[in-house]
Amino acid sequence: MSQRERPLSPFMIGPYYRPQITSVMSILHRITGVVLSVGAFFLTAWLAAVSLGPEAYAVFASYADSLIGKIVWAGVSFSLMYHLFNGLRHLVWDLGHGFSMQGLYRGGWIVIGLTTLCTLLLWFFGFSAGGAA
Amino acid sequence: MSLLKPSLRDPLARVRGVGSARHGTEHFILQRISAVILALLTPWLLWLLITLIPADYATVRATLSNPIHAILLLSFLMALFWHSRLGLQVVIEDYVHHHGLGIFAQILVLFCCSLGALVSLLAISRILFAA
Repeated sequence: MSQRERPLSPFMIGPYYRPQITSVMSILHRITGVVLSVGAFFLTAWLAAVSLGPEAYAVFASYADSLIGKIVWAGVSFSLMYHLFNGLRHLVWDLGHGFSMQGLYRGGWIVIGLTTLCTLLLWFFGFSAGGAA
Repeated sequence: MSLLKPSLRDPLARVRGVGSARHGTEHFILQRISAVILALLTPWLLWLLITLIPADYATVRATLSNPIHAILLLSFLMALFWHSRLGLQVVIEDYVHHHGLGIFAQILVLFCCSLGALVSLLAISRILFAA
């Protein structure tokens, strides 16, 4: 094993490279993944509240209806849509397609378009339907 | 970096339990399988959530007591916490460079994801069987 410190290329996010759709979307996939890992516990909390009974559910619903709940819904729904569509892009790559520069950019813009559209739909449904519970 | 110091210990023995020791393909495949399950179930889950947001407690409970919803929810949450653990594991491997802190973070992630999966399993069972 060599003991010599080997030169490393700089990290993709930082002052050394200008932001590119490929690197920004890559790091955003990880960031949304971490957000969704936290979001998973809100889904579990919802199920636990339902299983515990009407009083526990009322407490959960009051938090869900608050400003904090709305921020969580907004963040998690965006993260879910982005991670879903970019994850499908990753699965297409795993099958060996879309590796040309043109394919990378086209796939990236398709993901950004679908994410924007579906996130706005989820915000609309989430915020217009909320409040009755 | 302790890994760069000369040592009589075999590098394979060091790497076992810390990072890849001939388990890389398993991680890759499980991450993809859980991803496909989650991608297939996400439209159903979002539809369920959106229809249940304005509903009262009795409606929510009655809907989740449906065995089809219960089994799909259970599948989603098991795949979710498994996928989450696999993903966070790689994030920690890539960005946490302190050895002890990295191991602590890995154990914490495993603990939290296991807890989330178990609580979800119990909650869904309770909704289903106490209906």
